[in-house]
Amino acid sequence: MSRIGVFVCHCGENISATVDCEKVARISGELKGVEFSADYKYMCSDPGQTMLKDAIREHKLDGVVVAACSPRMHEPTFRNACAEAGLNPYLCEMSNIREHCSWVHPKSDLTTDKAESLVRVMVEKVKKNKALNSIKVPVTRTALVIGGGVAGIQAALDIANCGHKVVMVEKLPSIGGHMSQLSETFPTLDCSQCILTPRMVEVAQHPNITLYTYAEVESVDGFIGNFKVKVRKKSKSLDEHLCTGCGLCTTKCPQKKIPNEFERGLGFRPAIYVPFPQAVPNKPVIDRENCTYYIKGKCKVCEIVCPTKAIRFDQEDEIVEVDCGAIVLATGFDVLKPDFFPEYGYGKYKDVIDGLQFERLASASGPTQGMIRRPSDGEIPKKIVFVACAGSRDPAKGIEYCSKICCMYTAKHAMLYKHKVHDGTPYVFYMDIRAGGKNYEEFVRRAIVEDETHYVRGRVSTIYEKNGKLIVKGVDTLMGAQPVEIEADMVVLATAGVANKGSEELAQTVHVSYDAHKFFAEAHPKLKPVETNTAGIFLAGACQAPKDIPESVAAASGAAVKVAALFSNDLLTREPLIAVVNRQAPPVYSSCVGCFLCQSVCPYQAIEREEIKNRNGEVIRTLAKVNEGLCQGCGTCVALCRTKAIDIYGYSNQQVYSEIMALLND
Amino acid sequence: MQEFEPKIVAFVCNWCTYAGADLTGTSRIKYSANVKIIRFPCTGRIDFMILMKAFENGADGIIVSGCHPNDCHYSTGNFHARRRWIVLRNLLNFAGIETDRIQFSWVSAAEGFKWADVVNNTVAAIKEIGPYENYRKIAVSTLFNEEGASNE
Ligand SMILES: Cc1cc2nc3c(=O)[nH]c(=O)nc-3n(C[C@H](O)[C@H](O)[C@H](O)COP(=O)(O)OP(=O)(O)OC[C@H]3O[C@@H](n4cnc5c(N)ncnc54)[C@H](O)[C@@H]3O)c2cc1C
Ligand code: SF4
Repeated sequence: MSRIGVFVCHCGENISATVDCEKVARISGELKGVEFSADYKYMCSDPGQTMLKDAIREHKLDGVVVAACSPRMHEPTFRNACAEAGLNPYLCEMSNIREHCSWVHPKSDLTTDKAESLVRVMVEKVKKNKALNSIKVPVTRTALVIGGGVAGIQAALDIANCGHKVVMVEKLPSIGGHMSQLSETFPTLDCSQCILTPRMVEVAQHPNITLYTYAEVESVDGFIGNFKVKVRKKSKSLDEHLCTGCGLCTTKCPQKKIPNEFERGLGFRPAIYVPFPQAVPNKPVIDRENCTYYIKGKCKVCEIVCPTKAIRFDQEDEIVEVDCGAIVLATGFDVLKPDFFPEYGYGKYKDVIDGLQFERLASASGPTQGMIRRPSDGEIPKKIVFVACAGSRDPAKGIEYCSKICCMYTAKHAMLYKHKVHDGTPYVFYMDIRAGGKNYEEFVRRAIVEDETHYVRGRVSTIYEKNGKLIVKGVDTLMGAQPVEIEADMVVLATAGVANKGSEELAQTVHVSYDAHKFFAEAHPKLKPVETNTAGIFLAGACQAPKDIPESVAAASGAAVKVAALFSNDLLTREPLIAVVNRQAPPVYSSCVGCFLCQSVCPYQAIEREEIKNRNGEVIRTLAKVNEGLCQGCGTCVALCRTKAIDIYGYSNQQVYSEIMALLND
Repeated sequence: MQEFEPKIVAFVCNWCTYAGADLTGTSRIKYSANVKIIRFPCTGRIDFMILMKAFENGADGIIVSGCHPNDCHYSTGNFHARRRWIVLRNLLNFAGIETDRIQFSWVSAAEGFKWADVVNNTVAAIKEIGPYENYRKIAVSTLFNEEGASNE
């Protein structure tokens, strides 16, 4: 016979306003197996918990039901209190009579009845609960940072400076991300390369950081504290240890007309190339799709000229396995592709470019050495139109959100333009100016007042070419929707920031959720902004939503602290609510028949094979066995097992059936 | 005559729908008291036996609700639940049980309103179909009850 204690909380008046708590306590006290029952104003308060602990000791309770708020709120509180009173914490359950009862139903007998039955359900469940011990798993104190933009760099350095190992995986031949492409940055107009490059070098030289560039994550297994990650290092066709980065090969390569991705197509590169002069690592890769040797079977000029004989045409991709305890996702963002704007002629007219291309034109190390020259004929544009919200805030195009960074970089572009082309006239078409941030509004004011940028409030409807000019048609809504037409020499579109192509697949590989726009989803929009719903995986930077540099860096440091906190203990404590395969005395051993259906559905590869041998060492049975470290307790295997040999602590068949019976048989 | 008040049990996952139902509460959205929730780690845990046990014990209707596709906390549990439901639906049809007695839905942790709608719509639907007597009449229920208690 059980000795269960029932504790009914009023939650001030949150529960007692619609539920007769005294009655619930009284009726519950009469249930079979209930030894003690009471109601109290605030069960979670100190006196409330003391009452609970005293009752456990005094009445020698062997089970506790607290009827109060959601277990998602206070289950740990009451389980801890039980443990302090010497009762195994897993013998405590909560009935949710607040969120699921008093707050959603009016004051009535029915509501009180429902509360009673919710208590009864848990009383019956708790009778079937088992005393459990939490599981301790060791933590691998290595963090994997995926993505080497400014966010990934910040996270990696912060974690490495805490004394932990970091492995950084970057898809491109160099780290740096979008920030390495920027000319000068708002709101201070400091040179992007100058502040970023030293940090890139620091990553490469840090004794705690291992850097894999030209590499991607292939698979992620395991769980918080113990992830097993496979990284594919794409072949660079190069022995990196021998290469000194002299760059001779890149000057001799016969392929010279490959559009340069880093310059966003505004310049060219050879087939063996370093993406940009300050690249880290500063060693080339061969782009096999465009290399004469891989296309035609002969050339090898680079091999011939290489003074250290570092070229390796037969090099294959390499898979490296990384054991890590935490993962930081920092894969950044992308901008909308040209085909999104047929009405703006983007992709059709050479002088309609996007913001990133403008960054390259404005960059001292860019294709025009920082002169603003239009791509079609190299002329300096005298009239330039910037179009904000190109794609953003346009539900018709599927992007409802504000890309957040473009108002600011558009103001920056107008300023940079004016600083370089003194007699030029910049126009900005905008919907609203969003300049929330430290010194941001002041920055935009400067663009308008000091640099005489003409801000026109209204959307651009169409852009077309006429007599060598780009005709930009729009309206000025501040002038009563008056049509405006500007003959421009160049147009810059502030294209919407979007999730990376492939972010969905990456999310599925890493097992995190993503939002409707394919950006990775945080665990809580306010209180857990850098966590994901998957324990041990964190977010940094613009892979979560468009973010500017200060925000990306702040998020990255936030994620780094979470990782450092995780690494501050030798052992990680996990809830023991996991699956278990029943075992019986020989010759039965178990009702498991060894079909291993459970193995095929387990998302965590937690089902192992256990061989039962006879005295001669011959295998007589093969049974399923749960790896306690890997099992996360989803219970999919339990639902599938045809002999009910596998069950799950906390949600066992017996517990669930007891709940159902109690719930329906009043 | 007294109006028929259906007994409905909701089997929901901890991460999405249970949290969504918590949000319904926090937002003080009212809904019918006929539905009572049993919490599971994941809809992937919910098998036929559980649904049948509910019918045996007198449920007039059942709600199964978890995370939206691809949102499962355990990656794939909700897909298993969905596949299982497709199979079960045929089985219910075969056994002559109205499939509408089981409502399958996705409610995320952010969809407090949706949970209230799911509950209210299910209650209305079950009121329309009427009480569910057949399974109880066969009287296996008592038999199973004892077995359920002594089993395992
Ligand atoms: C035109 C323009 C101008 C801007 N100007 C400013 C400015 O003046 N001031 C400012 O504060 N902000 C500015 N920004 C915003 C700034 O670029 C971002 O805030 C910043 O780049 C975000 O950094 P991140 O590391 O999160 O992402 P990213 O810079 O996008 O870096 C992501 C990195 O991850 C890598 N990666 C992607 N997928 C994978 C994968 N699957 N595996 C491995 N690696 C991967 C990428 O190659 C990249 O190196 C501007 C943005 C644009 C478009
Ligand atoms: S930041 Fe400005 S330009 Fe960019 S989407 Fe938002 S409002 Fe439009």
